[in-house]
Amino acid sequence: MAWCGAPRAARLRPLLPARLRCGAGRRRIASCIDPSAGLTEEQKEFQSIALGFAAKEMAPHMAEWDEKEIFPVDTMRKAAQLGFGGIYVKPDVGGSGLSRLDTSIIFEALSTGCTSTTAYMSIHNMCAWMIDTFGSEEQRRRFCPSLCSMEQFASYCLTEPGSGSDAASLLTSAQRKGDTYVLNGSKAFISGGGDTDVYLVMCRTGGPGPKGISCLVLEKGTPGLSFGKKERKVGWNSQPTRAVIFEDCVVPVSNRLGAEGQGFSIAMKGLNGGRINIASCSLGAAHASVLLAQEHLRIRKQFGEPLANNQYLQFRLAEMATRLVAARLMVRNAARALQEERDEAPVLCSMAKLFATDACFEICNQALQMHGGYGYLKDYAVQQFVRDVRVHQILEGTNEVMRMIVARSLLQA
Amino acid sequence: MAPLKVLVGVKRVIDFAVKVRVAPGGHVVQEQGVKHSLNPFCEIALEEAVRMRERGEAAEVIAATVGSRQSQDALRTALALGADRAVLVELPGAGPEQGAGPGAGPGQGAGPPLVAAALAKLVEREKPQLVLLGKQAIDDDCNQTGQILAAILDWSQGTFLSRLELDPGSSSVRIQREVDGGLEQLRLQLPTVLTADLRLNQPRYATLPNIMKAKKKPLEVQPLEQLLGGPVPPPRLRVLRLEEPPVRQGAQRVESVPALLERLAALGRI
Repeated sequence: MAWCGAPRAARLRPLLPARLRCGAGRRRIASCIDPSAGLTEEQKEFQSIALGFAAKEMAPHMAEWDEKEIFPVDTMRKAAQLGFGGIYVKPDVGGSGLSRLDTSIIFEALSTGCTSTTAYMSIHNMCAWMIDTFGSEEQRRRFCPSLCSMEQFASYCLTEPGSGSDAASLLTSAQRKGDTYVLNGSKAFISGGGDTDVYLVMCRTGGPGPKGISCLVLEKGTPGLSFGKKERKVGWNSQPTRAVIFEDCVVPVSNRLGAEGQGFSIAMKGLNGGRINIASCSLGAAHASVLLAQEHLRIRKQFGEPLANNQYLQFRLAEMATRLVAARLMVRNAARALQEERDEAPVLCSMAKLFATDACFEICNQALQMHGGYGYLKDYAVQQFVRDVRVHQILEGTNEVMRMIVARSLLQA
Repeated sequence: MAPLKVLVGVKRVIDFAVKVRVAPGGHVVQEQGVKHSLNPFCEIALEEAVRMRERGEAAEVIAATVGSRQSQDALRTALALGADRAVLVELPGAGPEQGAGPGAGPGQGAGPPLVAAALAKLVEREKPQLVLLGKQAIDDDCNQTGQILAAILDWSQGTFLSRLELDPGSSSVRIQREVDGGLEQLRLQLPTVLTADLRLNQPRYATLPNIMKAKKKPLEVQPLEQLLGGPVPPPRLRVLRLEEPPVRQGAQRVESVPALLERLAALGRI
């Protein structure tokens, strides 16, 4: 056909090897796992650009970014030009002003191209939103525009060597001295740490417990702000992870977000959205993995037949698809609850994060299993999806903490 | 240099990545529930027009399509990609999805002669100095609409464009065309009809803010009959049968050229 040089085909390299046929492969008619089911026309447009961007700008590089541990600044800035730098930040400071559901759809789509990079982008978005929502006018105008354009990148600093799940017991102290705070302490496992420009740091300005915590915005280059070594991780290799260290680090009071003692609440509200976003990233990876598995079952033959004729594998694939759709519904339901500001939204976000990250890891893992030995090779994308989503069950609140949140809401008087 | 008015014709087609199936009955392809998008060559044409506007060479970019009501989503995409307003020339009666399109062109749309007639009427109404189309649609590969339109309007035409430059003074354009013999450079007086080929440009992505803005841009729906000022002519083509390509047979290996020739002769191929 004469059109075989058509632009999108040219962008996608017509004969994609199996490893790249993530979300961009040949699609069957009326698929039961179609992520555009039930969306408005506008949401389908958003999804379509995000999927196109993922297929063209991210998928071809995801393996290299993982292997060489490249933080793809240029690609993320291209994404920001499309409006993906501050998706649910208000437009007056450069955001796209979209809803939580729109955001979930977009991250799910981007994640089919590179889960690790999309996950970082979701953290960045969360930070931009926190400043947008809890910052003063001056702070919003100072930080948000360059975050939304990704001229500057952000990191969320809550976890410490001594406080992970027990986040409210954090020790990093911020002593008031005149119109500054002096920070001492350290944060652990900070995504983007060392490479990013703006750090949202939860630190202790008051007494013990959550009410003594405030949120300060620090900029890279502040004297006393330094970073640990770059961690070597199983996945999420397209984003650097480092400890962030404060040694008599002086920060103006005007960099405090919200009131003293409000920091923990700000951090948790950020995480509600963050949990939906991380869960959405898991959905994208799982969807891509199901497509890869589907393709592999059709092509690979053993015992004289395609694997797709094997009932066990058929049933397995059916279960994967069913759980994917269930997870997607959980996530989108939580997103709607959050944007409607319903009381139960934070608990629904925790449920969605718990369910989706667990289910999607299993889906990616089963997809790998279906590939047999090939699934274990780095030439095939499925192993990267498995490695990248594994950590979603741990960060932004471990899935155990998610259970604590749900149980508390059920059993509290 | 007076800025031009540019009309861009676009078509909604089945997305290139979809595995197309023949619908039961064997006359049309399955369109229900299948992903559609803007024809890639139309996207390139639109991108060129939007760039002209951004350079100040064009004042207004109008996106137009001839199709069923569902073609509105292609127009919204065009608006999100930068068109200023859009016109849907709506086909009457049962949609092409039911296989009963009035023009019954091979792509199940209206077919090039009818589309060209409709675009000619729009040209009469809007008076653009430049019409930009994709060179062909990826569903029917007709590669006719631009040429027929130029003939109806008695305008010059430049097809298979890989480069377009507006001359200072805005009364002519310099184009480069990709033809079988290589690259051809032409100068055409305005007004003219141009069709875009693959290498003319790389279309942009729609951005989230632009998709939102597109909702506020005017999208007009005009019934085809009204635009033509008379009844829609009956279809000129009838699809007798549509088949999927035959399943690929295994290949045979031969050891030498004489053996190859012998085998081909035995198969009656030479």
